[in-house]
Amino acid sequence: MCIAFPGKILSIDENGLAVVDISGVQREVCIDLLAEEVRPGDYVISHAGYAIQRIDEEAAEENLALLKEILDHEVP
Amino acid sequence: MKYLEEYRDPLLAKRLLDRIAATAERVGKNVTIMEVCGSHTQAIGRYGIRKLLPPAIRLISGPGCPVCVTSASHVDRALWLADREGLIFATFGDMMRVPGTEGASLQRLRASGADVRVVSSAMDCIAMAQGEQKREVVFMGIGFETTAPTIASMVQASRKRGIGNLSVFSVHKIVPPALKILVEDPQINLDGFLCPGHVSIILGSAAYAFLPEAGKAAIIAGFEPVDIIEGVLLLLEQLERGKPEVVIQYSRVVRPEGNPRALAVMDEVFETGDAEWRGLGTIPGSGLFFRREYESFDAEKRFDVPEIHGQDNPGCSCGTVLKGLMDPEECPLFRRVCTPANPVGPCMVSSEGSCAAHYRYG
Repeated sequence: MCIAFPGKILSIDENGLAVVDISGVQREVCIDLLAEEVRPGDYVISHAGYAIQRIDEEAAEENLALLKEILDHEVP
Repeated sequence: MKYLEEYRDPLLAKRLLDRIAATAERVGKNVTIMEVCGSHTQAIGRYGIRKLLPPAIRLISGPGCPVCVTSASHVDRALWLADREGLIFATFGDMMRVPGTEGASLQRLRASGADVRVVSSAMDCIAMAQGEQKREVVFMGIGFETTAPTIASMVQASRKRGIGNLSVFSVHKIVPPALKILVEDPQINLDGFLCPGHVSIILGSAAYAFLPEAGKAAIIAGFEPVDIIEGVLLLLEQLERGKPEVVIQYSRVVRPEGNPRALAVMDEVFETGDAEWRGLGTIPGSGLFFRREYESFDAEKRFDVPEIHGQDNPGCSCGTVLKGLMDPEECPLFRRVCTPANPVGPCMVSSEGSCAAHYRYG
């Protein structure tokens, strides 16, 4: 039930509603619960009509770099 | 979609599984890990992760499906509300088929004429209440920390707009008190927890500090296959080091401090109190109830909902399954009497329930 989806913000209106592209589907989500400021182009994760967190691209890159290391090296 | 495909790479999953096999060998004992969240249970089933792990590693499902832990009494009280003349009862779809006493459900009630409507966001209730100003709209507030802030935010927005015909029947629960109960239960012997990723977006990592204090490893993991498999690897590495701690695997969205704004919104509207969990009994401080400032939104008070002592089906083992003490296959009703099309207990109703996941994916 706690399912949430990553998506890219396409636009934000003056009422705190954002249009987010979630896997090719445009959904309207409320951004009132976000602690961090977001802009179109940012990625957020949304649950039940609300964005609940901005995706930290830096943290994601760091984790993916680590995973890439693992991908490139078989278990010794 | 960015942030999904990268975490579904089969070769990467294989490399991680190889590392898991090597680490498990070094750990050298049987390891039991509880995945707390129902969405983890579902993903683990769908991707067949249980079968990809070495036999020494056992993943068991915990009480992290909000629908599954809602007691028969709460379902019965929701049904009492939904059956009021002229009332509109709005709910997330997951709740529709959850059985109360003697198999009664919102779905059956709707079939017999009650106005029960499925919404995908609490926000939808605002438009519904504005469109039906002569009728009362009651929303079934269900869910953990991930969902409760969205309901709190909707309540704040309703107040701001002066909406007077909308209230919430809150059966919201919070996760850490339930995990504490599991850790303290001498019957339940776990090496570590895969902590719920989306609950942790809101809560942060400090909320689980009691897990390593009790000697349990704790990984906050995401929901894609690579996330879950990496989570298991990180957990085994903790066991190998012999130093339990809370580690965030799902770092792209989970921060140590959580989401302070969502926490503040939830805290402004709700306070904690004792709540009944199916299978776990009453857990102190685990339920979310309206604060006095917001009690006009409390459907229990507005409609003076009576105490109803619901009865689970006596043959149903959901309570034992939810604590990880019984495998769904061990329940005498499983697959014979209890199926997704004809569920006896809530763990078979929700697609995230461990019985439904076992039925579907084995």
